[in-house]
Parts: sequence; structure tokens; C-alpha cells
Amino acid sequence: MTCDQAHPLLHAYIDDELDIATALQIEAHLPDCPKCRKELEAARAVGRALAQPAIYYPAPSTLRDQLQRVIRSEIGETEASPHPRFRIAWWKRPMAFSSVAAAMLLIVCSVMLFLPTHAPRGQIDDLIGSHVRSLEENHLLDVASTDQHTVKPWFAGKLEFSPPVIDLSAEGFPLIGGRLDYLDQKKVAALIYRRDKHLINLFIWPGDTTPEVDARQGFNLIRFECKGMTCWAVSDLNAVELQQFADLFKAQKAASTRS
Amino acid sequence: MRNDQDAQDVVQESCMNALRSFNSFRGGDFRSWFFTIVRNTSFTWLRRKKSSSAPASRQSLEVGAEITADCEVYDPQAIAIRAANADLVRRAIAALPETSREALVLREMEGLSYKEIGKIVGVPIGTVMSRLARGRMQLQAILMEMDQPNADKPVQEGAR
Repeated sequence: MTCDQAHPLLHAYIDDELDIATALQIEAHLPDCPKCRKELEAARAVGRALAQPAIYYPAPSTLRDQLQRVIRSEIGETEASPHPRFRIAWWKRPMAFSSVAAAMLLIVCSVMLFLPTHAPRGQIDDLIGSHVRSLEENHLLDVASTDQHTVKPWFAGKLEFSPPVIDLSAEGFPLIGGRLDYLDQKKVAALIYRRDKHLINLFIWPGDTTPEVDARQGFNLIRFECKGMTCWAVSDLNAVELQQFADLFKAQKAASTRS
Repeated sequence: MRNDQDAQDVVQESCMNALRSFNSFRGGDFRSWFFTIVRNTSFTWLRRKKSSSAPASRQSLEVGAEITADCEVYDPQAIAIRAANADLVRRAIAALPETSREALVLREMEGLSYKEIGKIVGVPIGTVMSRLARGRMQLQAILMEMDQPNADKPVQEGAR
């Protein structure tokens, strides 16, 4: 791909709006082109500038109270109704019902993703299923990169949360990429690491959890918590090394947050 | 909106509009649907305010309007240093032309896809892409050209 071809696609590349083949062509072009690299870095610097929490204007808590008040009065719910006998049960009034549903959606949507999820036993099978599927040709990676600063932003906009991404190549577990996956009908992040010839799928979604270890169908599974995220490592790697991987991931994440 | 009270009023009005038109929500992405309502409410609100009060001095705020897409690409590190000053970034965003600001906020701060942004704003995906590309260039230029009374502090401390 020449610079003239690559240049107009740079921003779509930054925003992960390109198909994987074109994205790979751009990635191949970048090392040879200082101009495109500079523009890419500059655009990413702008992105980081806009993503910092400090520039957001937080809504005051009084706004929430105010909203609850006006929504109540909109749907005709008052604390003391003068004619309680003549009122139709609120859930039987279609408008009121949809209003309440909307109000609940508004409030719930924003917090829902941060509630802890408990892993049912059937989930183990789903995890193994996902892992096995990922090993089939062309199913492993959506974003192929050993750079955590490429993989992490790739998930932005595809997920409602930002998964921790850490490169562990120095420790013998190189990051090879990331993938969007579905578990329990929700989108989760899958990071792919390698240990010699073994692949490790690390599934991540928001929620507190407790450590758990399992082994089925020749696969080892380890659950651990990292920065409020539930992480499941699945691999045909032996249990000792997989545990080592989980511990390293947690320790490195903790270290990178501190620094 | 450029002021807290106005922004709160618009949020409240948007929620009420969303409640009233919840019947028009045909499934799909709730966030995009709600953002579309917030956007429409904001414009209606701004038009109403404009006609009732003196015209807002928007011209003076949009210093980035005349910066074109083919302006200089700045040093990413220099951008990063200036970007560490949240107040400067806020002022730079405020100085962007409306179309660029809208695209950038929806993409970088709300994390929406080109398709979603296109639907909310009512423009084709290609336009979203070019607005984002232009917006990023404009924001760089504004950041680099703005006076920043406090931003150099960390650098100076490092040099001493």
C-alpha cells in the first residue's frame, strides 16, 4: 500500500472502522512511512487528550434528584393522590409503564455493566467452546498486535468497558492480539497470549469475582479478579504455568497502575 | 451549552422528550436513540434561547473554524504535554467548529462507531470520517496555538 492509498484511511484505522485485511495493510505500511506514523501518533495524542476523565463535566447529584421529581410528576405519580380509588394501577397504564421502563432504562443502563456477575457452571463449557472455536483458522484474532497500546484502544467503542491489556513477553507470555467474543449473550474482551506453542485465551468482562480453578476436556481454566474485572484464562497449557500467567497478569497490572 | 445550568436544563428536557417518545423506540441501540433526542433537544433549546436573548458570540469562540485540514501535523509529544492540562483541552474543544466538535465528542468521549455517529448526526459514514480527521487536525492546531498560562509548569520543573 502506498502512502497516497494509506493516508486517507488513517483515521478509519485509528477508529477501528477498517476491515481486518485493510487494517493489516496499513499496519504493514506504517513502519516505512514516518509521515503517516507522525499523523497517527498526533491523532492518538488528541484521542488521549479527549479521553482523560478530568475534562468531563460530571453531572451534579442534584440533577438526578431533580430528574426523578419531574419524571414522577410527568407520569402522574404523586406521593398522596386525592382519589386513590379512581386511579388505575400504574402498570396497567401503557404510557406510565413505558415511562417507568424508560426511566429505569436510563438509570439502569449506566450502572448495569458494573454490577458483579456470578459465573454459572454452564459458563465453563461456554468458555471452553469459545477457546476451541478461537483455535480454528481465522478465528483467533480480530486485532493482531503485540503492542498493548494498539490492542487496548482497539476495544474502545466495541465494548462498554476498557479491559486491562498487558504485555507479558518479558515473562515468556507474549501478547499476540485481541478479539471480541460473546459469552452469556454479552460482549466480552478476549486477549490472546502465547506460551511456547500453547495459546491462552484470557476472557475479560466487568464484575468482581472470586478465584476459581477448573480443568475439563484437557483444558485448564483459572478465574481471577483484576481491577474490578472478572478474568478467565483458558488454555491447554499445564495448570502450574497457567496459574503463573494469571499471577503475573494481576501483579503487572497492579504495578502498572501504581507507577 | 457552555454553562452548567443550561446543560442541566437540556438533560432534563431530553429525558422528558425521551419519555414522551419512548413509543418511537423500535429496539436497537438505546444509546444512539437517546443521543439523537439529546441532540435535537439541544438544537431546539439553542434556537429558542437565541431568539429570546442577544445572539451568542459564537464567532469569537470558534477560533478553529478557519484552520483547514491540510495544516501542519504537530509533534505528538508536544500535543501530549499540552493535553495534560485539562482546562486547556476543554477550551480547545469549545473553540472547535460545531460539526467537528460533535463528531469528536461522540467518537472519542462517547466511543460511538462511525455508523452510530452518522445516524445521530444525519450524515453518511464518509462524512463522519472526514469530520473526525479534520476535527483532530483542528484540535491539534488549537491546542498548540492557545496561550497556556499554567501548562508549562511540569516541563519547567523537570528542567531545573
